[in-house]
Amino acid sequence: MSSAATVATRELTFSQAINDALRLAMRRDPTVIVLGEDVAGAAGRAHLGLADAWGGPLRATRGLIGEFGAGRVIDTPISEMAFVGAAVGAAMTGLRPVVEIMFVDLIGCCYDQLINQAAKMSYMMGGQLTLPLVVRTAYGTHGFKRSYGGGAAAQHSQTLYATLAHVPGLKVVVPSTAYNAKGLMLAAIADDGPVVVMEHKFLGTAAKGAVPDGEYTVPIGRAEVVRRGTDVTLAAIGRMTHVCLEAAERLAASGTSAEVVDLLTLAPLDEATVLESVSRTHRLVVVDEDTPTASMARDVAASVADKGFDSLDAPIKTVTAAECPVPFAAVLENLYAPDADKVIAAVEELF
Amino acid sequence: MDAPASPLPAKERLLWMYERMGLVRELEDRLKLLVDRGVPMGPVHFYTGQEAVAVGVCAALRQDDWIASTHRGHGHCVAKGVEVRRMVAELYGKSTGTNRGKGGSMHITDVSVGMLGVNPIVGMGTPHAVGAALSARVRGTDQVAVAFFGEGATSMGVVHEAMNLASIWRLPVVFVCENNGYAQATPSEYALACDRVADRAAAYRMPGVTVDGQDVLAVFAAADEAVRRGRAGGGPSLVECMTYRFHGHHQGDDTLRYRLAEEEKAARERDPIPLFRSRLLAEGFTAAELDTLDAANRARLDEAVAFAEASPLPGPEELLRGVYPAARPEVRP
Repeated sequence: MSSAATVATRELTFSQAINDALRLAMRRDPTVIVLGEDVAGAAGRAHLGLADAWGGPLRATRGLIGEFGAGRVIDTPISEMAFVGAAVGAAMTGLRPVVEIMFVDLIGCCYDQLINQAAKMSYMMGGQLTLPLVVRTAYGTHGFKRSYGGGAAAQHSQTLYATLAHVPGLKVVVPSTAYNAKGLMLAAIADDGPVVVMEHKFLGTAAKGAVPDGEYTVPIGRAEVVRRGTDVTLAAIGRMTHVCLEAAERLAASGTSAEVVDLLTLAPLDEATVLESVSRTHRLVVVDEDTPTASMARDVAASVADKGFDSLDAPIKTVTAAECPVPFAAVLENLYAPDADKVIAAVEELF
Repeated sequence: MDAPASPLPAKERLLWMYERMGLVRELEDRLKLLVDRGVPMGPVHFYTGQEAVAVGVCAALRQDDWIASTHRGHGHCVAKGVEVRRMVAELYGKSTGTNRGKGGSMHITDVSVGMLGVNPIVGMGTPHAVGAALSARVRGTDQVAVAFFGEGATSMGVVHEAMNLASIWRLPVVFVCENNGYAQATPSEYALACDRVADRAAAYRMPGVTVDGQDVLAVFAAADEAVRRGRAGGGPSLVECMTYRFHGHHQGDDTLRYRLAEEEKAARERDPIPLFRSRLLAEGFTAAELDTLDAANRARLDEAVAFAEASPLPGPEELLRGVYPAARPEVRP
């Protein structure tokens, strides 16, 4: 990120950074379109003109219709299977669609189009076409203000990226900051294959930072060491990167030096960066907001056990969500999701 | 049945239709022979009996128009212009196949002729046609997209969602339902809560017609009208073609477990190819010129099978090739 200091930057939220990426890509390339439920903010009615009536749940597409018009910023009815399928068809025939699935909990409504169609298209057709498709979707707990005592509960709070990362052909990226949200989104749009961009509901407005003007990419498939340390590696995904940074800060106060690796891309996974980190720290804790069975946490742990066993001085630990649906009451949701206390407790078991 | 008025197609088009229907039949007959002989080809869903639908529809299209197909897609491929030798090679799993031997019968694709893919997840190709039509609009072309699907697929939500999308966006999509009466073994009179699939068009504010799918000229007339409407900005249409599959759902499926012999016999008496041949003879074409086309199709299949058998298998490097596209260079801020 250091090179960013040499170019002009603006202070943006995660969602504003996504918006900036979409705007820049759409300005440069007329084949980039945006579609999904309320991405145009229900604009177009006589009393609204091309002004968004609202900005969608994460406000990431706000204002795009005013600049690019209803032909390229397209509200869809509630029909994920068809509009994600239409995005696949459009990607097969010369466009670079960015399609929004409002919440990842809704992927069941379009799963076939992602796992059977988009993911496999280029391979099973013998490489005769590319499929430059971006799927944006919101995930995670702690998504909404809790004025009435709870979060968004079992069907609007999940972290279902492992089920997508599992399918060969789909790339899955999970930005954690405004900076890498913009860079990964631009990389996803430039990619000639399908890329799922997971946007954490809480980070959408909570993650704020300096974002360079103009286009840049954060390479897909590359993890980043975001805090250097010598005693233990904390491998984190998305919002958990911030949880791990908090844990590392507190661990430092008690004399343990934790390195934090932000995975950023889940598929294809950057095993090399994690292995390199573990080769120096000799301990690994993987922190994942998803539930544990068949999870990314266990996948990363298995990779290191397989390829980095000789580096390890202690068993690999995973800190994940609890093995249950996401509960509503705030007190239960807090128990469900990983936090810095749980990460610190896992680290302490290693020494 | 509705019979949209349309000028009789030009002589060349009639001969093209006859030749293409014969080519589909010859392909399927030959593949059946090979499969029955034990040549491993994976699941094959023969198009035999439905030739008039694919050919009648594609006769109304340009090469740069698109089609999205179904699991029973060989006829659509041939009608849209996919090379038969590369199709046969694909079924042999050879590197010269349309998909380099990585797709097989259920995934044959040739985007160079607008064939967006055989698709064995029932109904899932229909939104691809909607997306292709959207692509045409965004890129400012007048291309049209056809979504083929069976009557069984009309019980899938995605087909209804796709029709709704195409209609609210007024896209140039022609939804072609091939009603062959059976979803595998399940009869349409059991599975469909409507008298005609075409009736469902009304729910999406689009024209819907039902035509005799064994009459290639009736299919062409309806498709031609729908394609012209779409190209002119008039939005989507639904064309239901009443047809019959002569074989089972796939190779080895014994249809007499669920269909009556009399029903099959009656259907075979309405074989679209002899029906069209009689029509052409009545129009003044000679048996000799039609026989010449039949002979050419047989020779084409001889050559296709020889080509497929002589072609190399994919090398091991193909296993992991093309899962992900080539990486883009990083752009620094």
